[in-house]
Amino acid sequence: MGKLLNSRAFAISTGVFTVVGVFVLLEVLLRIGAINKYIVPLPSQVIMSLERIIFEENIMSRVAETAYEMSVSCAAVIVIGVPIGAVLYKWVALRRAVLDWVAAMAAAPLVLAFPLFLVMFGRSSTTIIVMSVITGLAPIIIKTTEGLLAVRPVLINVGKSLKLTQQQMFWKILLPAAMPTIFSGIRLSWTFVLISVVGIEFLINLGGLGQLINDLAERYDLPGTYASIGFVIVVSVIFFVLLERVETWLRPVK
Amino acid sequence: MAASGEIRTATMGFRAKPNSMARQTNIIRIAIVLIIAVSWEALSRSGLVFKDVVPSLFSIGAAIGKLLTLPAFYANLQVTAWEIFLSLAIGSSLGIFVGILLGSNRFMSFAYEHYVYYLAPTPRIIFFPVMIMWFGVGIASKIALGALSCFFTVALSTAGGMREIDKVLIRVGKSFRATPMQMGLKIYLPAMRVPVLNGIRLGFGTATVTCLLAETKLSNQGLGYMIMQIYSRFDMPSLYGLLIIVFVVAGIGNLILGKVTGTSA
Repeated sequence: MGKLLNSRAFAISTGVFTVVGVFVLLEVLLRIGAINKYIVPLPSQVIMSLERIIFEENIMSRVAETAYEMSVSCAAVIVIGVPIGAVLYKWVALRRAVLDWVAAMAAAPLVLAFPLFLVMFGRSSTTIIVMSVITGLAPIIIKTTEGLLAVRPVLINVGKSLKLTQQQMFWKILLPAAMPTIFSGIRLSWTFVLISVVGIEFLINLGGLGQLINDLAERYDLPGTYASIGFVIVVSVIFFVLLERVETWLRPVK
Repeated sequence: MAASGEIRTATMGFRAKPNSMARQTNIIRIAIVLIIAVSWEALSRSGLVFKDVVPSLFSIGAAIGKLLTLPAFYANLQVTAWEIFLSLAIGSSLGIFVGILLGSNRFMSFAYEHYVYYLAPTPRIIFFPVMIMWFGVGIASKIALGALSCFFTVALSTAGGMREIDKVLIRVGKSFRATPMQMGLKIYLPAMRVPVLNGIRLGFGTATVTCLLAETKLSNQGLGYMIMQIYSRFDMPSLYGLLIIVFVVAGIGNLILGKVTGTSA
């Protein structure tokens, strides 16, 4: 019994069975009327509504729209964030002056400024992208600076002994050595970007997956709303798993 | 004498260096603030952009002053503060409980922790329609959503902290035949206070953002609601002013929690 409880596969199966069990219990409780069907839909209805959402609600074009906003925001976050991090690494005085501000920016409820950007850029994808870039910048700046500062002095000395120029030193020594930490920043930033993109789509009722949830909720399509939330969760989880895999692959072997 | 002079000079030099660095840092900070302020004001007066989009700093300052004298601002602040407080209390309590369960038992961790781990970074605001159906359009739905946001951060932080506890402490508790309640209160919680408090602090941030965003979506009270009201009137100086106030209030809240928990950003 003890061996079984220590088995990882048994534990994971228990987790899966618990989730399935909760859904079955919910189905039974809803069918016998113990839970109000107008608040929580039948899990079977939610699963059935997935097909309707995929074909009738143009989910692929919505995924494409969210993916477009995500791609532009994620690329912009790297293009803007990594150079800022590198400048802060190089310029010590500036780093001391602004790094605390950048850390405060990471904790500030910046996404709340979306009405401001609605006025500036209108109800468009630009608002979502700009807002998401601002939200995602802080972690990548901090991690880039942190990664470059943590490069082992021996590597820098090797570069110096080879008389590398500053540019060569950055591209051949500093950047590759700092890459695992920088990617941690990229992962954090992209997580912020995903939350911001879907969140703002939902709030301003525009774009892809976030708008889909809002649309279905406003139509009081309960199974559809739950199914679309489930769909967004699955997409998010796939995104995080992929990011984690890349991060593990980049991490140096100890 | 000469040696003591050298030591004094060296010490003074050692002390002077951080001082001069601090001065340099302050000068750079002031310069950055001044450059931004002057550029903003110049842009506002230049006519290059629609004046209401980039209002003068003076009008923003006046709007902040006006907002701070409005009784409605304090009423809304009170509602938001109450929502955040209850979210944090509920979410943290549940998070600590689940975190202890996951952290203390390998089986539970393998079975359930990855669900918590992968659900944690999903956009919580998408659960708002569900919360409205379950708890209505009042503050209860915002509290529930805030608690949900806070829960994941605290649970994962507590579970991580639980695994870091020195095994000796656990053995001491067991050798005294402490009950599970005593183990929790006397051994686990004091030993993992730092990760738990860090989790609560992070949870405060996520609960604040979630409650405020939920208020912007559907509410008739709270600072998020007030932001949307000002936005619908297109009163840009007040919108900038209120956002600045909200950022400052959130920052102060975070700072106070940091002081209380003894952690830094």
